[in-house]
Amino acid sequence: MLLLPFVAVLAIYAIASDIRLSENPRDKLLPAPTTILETAQRLVSEPDRRSGEILFWKDTAISLQRLAIGVGLAAALGLSFGLAIGLFPHIRATLAGFVAVLSMIPPLTLLPILFIAFGLGEISKIALIAIGVTPFLIRDMSQRVLEIPAEQIVKAQTLGASSLIIAIRVAIPQILPRLIQAVRLSLGPAWLFLIAAEAIASDAGVGYRIFLVRRFLAMDVILTYVVWITALAFIMDYTLKRLSEGLFPWAGKDGL
Amino acid sequence: MSYVTVDDIHQSYDGRPILERVSLTVEKGAFVSIVGASGCGKSTFLRLLLAQERPTRGDIRIDGAPPAQEPGRERGVVFQKYSVFLHMTVCENLIAGESFGESRWGRFFGAKKRAARERALQTLERIGLAHMADAYPAALSGGMQQRLAIAQALTARPRVLLLDEPFGALDPGTRIAMHDFLLEMRQETGMTVFMVTHDLQEGFKLGDRVLVFDKPRWDPHEPEAYGATITYDLDARRDNVPTPAAPDASLEGTHP
Repeated sequence: MLLLPFVAVLAIYAIASDIRLSENPRDKLLPAPTTILETAQRLVSEPDRRSGEILFWKDTAISLQRLAIGVGLAAALGLSFGLAIGLFPHIRATLAGFVAVLSMIPPLTLLPILFIAFGLGEISKIALIAIGVTPFLIRDMSQRVLEIPAEQIVKAQTLGASSLIIAIRVAIPQILPRLIQAVRLSLGPAWLFLIAAEAIASDAGVGYRIFLVRRFLAMDVILTYVVWITALAFIMDYTLKRLSEGLFPWAGKDGL
Repeated sequence: MSYVTVDDIHQSYDGRPILERVSLTVEKGAFVSIVGASGCGKSTFLRLLLAQERPTRGDIRIDGAPPAQEPGRERGVVFQKYSVFLHMTVCENLIAGESFGESRWGRFFGAKKRAARERALQTLERIGLAHMADAYPAALSGGMQQRLAIAQALTARPRVLLLDEPFGALDPGTRIAMHDFLLEMRQETGMTVFMVTHDLQEGFKLGDRVLVFDKPRWDPHEPEAYGATITYDLDARRDNVPTPAAPDASLEGTHP
């Protein structure tokens, strides 16, 4: 039953492709599934004639690296600022409004600024991902910290805990599962920013490749990359979910 | 010799008086029940004892020490809910009672850790939770959680134990068992206890003294004009346990 919708979509694609190809065998819009498979095979195994590298894996590695650094940075910032805003009223009074306004800036509008400021290299792409995801993570984390029942904080105080101990032994363990949840939710936007940055100025990466071969209407290559990106995103989401369940058995299952 | 001294405290929120002219002295080792209708300030009084709030006027001293600025190790507390840490196992919860106040990072290591676990297991044996030592509190029944919460609070060796409707969420059978448990723990430790309850019978059964909070002055046109205070201070250790209706009558002499 789980597979049914997938099979249905594949079948519809195969039929549509067949109809178009029977009318015009040179149609490039909906390549036959077999063509896509052949292309995929060629992409993952044949090295580039000029550089000798297999571009598919090179693109994947560099994109994943950008994504991991960007999201990792955002998670670290989200956790530390979220904790500070949630735990300390003074910091909340100073920063909460600022972060609320900051999170309303459409990150893509900052992309030209990042390119001007950091050049076209890695930093601007990683910065875009981090900037795009961090405000959401900060807001979500500070909200989660505020949701920790006051009783828990008071209880820790009556056991003699300092602010530091409350942060590292009560607040952080209680919001870490929420951090993983929030990171899972922000993977979608993170991919969006990655592909956007790569599409505009890059010389490698999955987004770069898709937008490059678009010029040749190479639908078979594009579709291979789209399926691959989807698979990567899904694996990340699933891994994070299992990680959360394994590390925090007390938090209960996520459902999704 | 008075151990806890409450000297003419007043508490108001936004100019609205909640408590007024509350004075009290309590001997070391006494069990004081605090009863009253809802909204009569008994929970506010407990928060003041806990130093979670500071009174607008007056002060509270324990053993002659200067008034506390925030909750600390000299005051143990058990709330109706959220009194144990859900992200720690039963055993870790008990150890936290020692490690939060005694180690820099809120955690023991090495030999200290093993010794603390040994002590925690002994305590769990005594309170009948040894078989749950490595379970998370979510797996415990309400009564077991409260037993753990009381043991955890006592592990930090407070000077006074404050209970805020600790058995309010339990079913009647469990509640009776918890009464016996609490009396036993108290016998062992000789702890000074304050317990807020809305169950009069519970208050009289457990307490040496029963304090009734109510508003002595009442303006029908402006019900919020005056705060509550201790209207009755009853000795519950005479053989005759008054029925719930008795506190309306005069203080002394209603019972032979």
